[in-house]
Amino acid sequence: MSSQWIAVIVTSLLCYAIKYIGHAIPEIWLAHPRVQRITNLIPIVLLSALVAMQAFTTKTKFVVDHRLAGITFAIAALSAKLPFPVVVVGAMATSAIVYRLKI
Amino acid sequence: MSVKRDSLSVGLAVGAAGVAFGAVAVADHFSVAQACFLSFVLFSGASQFSLVAVMSAGGSPLSAIVTGAFLGGRNGLYGVRMAQILKLKGAKRALAAQITIDESTGVAIAQTNLEDQKTAFWYTGFGVFAFWNLFTLIGALGAKAIGDTSAWGLDVASPAIFCAVLFPRLKERRLFFTGLLAFIWALSITEFVPAGVPIISTVVIAAIVGWR
Repeated sequence: MSSQWIAVIVTSLLCYAIKYIGHAIPEIWLAHPRVQRITNLIPIVLLSALVAMQAFTTKTKFVVDHRLAGITFAIAALSAKLPFPVVVVGAMATSAIVYRLKI
Repeated sequence: MSVKRDSLSVGLAVGAAGVAFGAVAVADHFSVAQACFLSFVLFSGASQFSLVAVMSAGGSPLSAIVTGAFLGGRNGLYGVRMAQILKLKGAKRALAAQITIDESTGVAIAQTNLEDQKTAFWYTGFGVFAFWNLFTLIGALGAKAIGDTSAWGLDVASPAIFCAVLFPRLKERRLFFTGLLAFIWALSITEFVPAGVPIISTVVIAAIVGWR
């Protein structure tokens, strides 16, 4: 089996297990404020790092290219409270235009 | 009645982003079957995108798995919240667990009475599930027809979606600066460590900031 399939299947099963455990455990286990704070921060740090990697690296090398235009559009659109589809499609269009113009 | 309509419209709007996932996954050398498997069994957008991103950047399967699982962690917290509202056992609980995600929980807890909360959970959850899977397939098949994915903006689809997920969570200053720190940290070390490590290592930042 390819390493891709292994990652796909193992992550899928782990993520389902996490969802199920949430429904099954007593709430008191997660009631500690420190646990709450850290679990609240984990998606924030991971998603921030993912944005950094996906927008500004190519194969682990730091790169600034057309993607910066797309991300800038996304942040501006979010600040202007535009709807989710506009944010995503607009970011893609902006990035694609800059890429095609070879700026 | 309007709870059902609202829930299904959230399902359609969010599910449609599945087209981006299917397309990005195939553009990053995952098969159509793998993309569809992830949407059906994993069914949590951030974990799905991160798995594809880490693997395609050359990260090890282990770092892809750990990052995906950590991002799925919040669904466990939603499960704790929803279990109190739904009070289910057996097969129904197993089914409810699968559709416990940002949107189903968010729309459910926004309702003012218990009946509406239950209705909103099931309709939003299954609405997103149905459309997310349908659109993943469409996106995956569509991406096979696209040659240069940068020319169609596909390379910013997933970071733009992550920005949209992050944005409402960064209202507090402490949360904003923690996110910014993780962003800078990841970019600072990327050239010196294996792919995947810049992302998963930020869990340490979360632990340090959240400790006190």
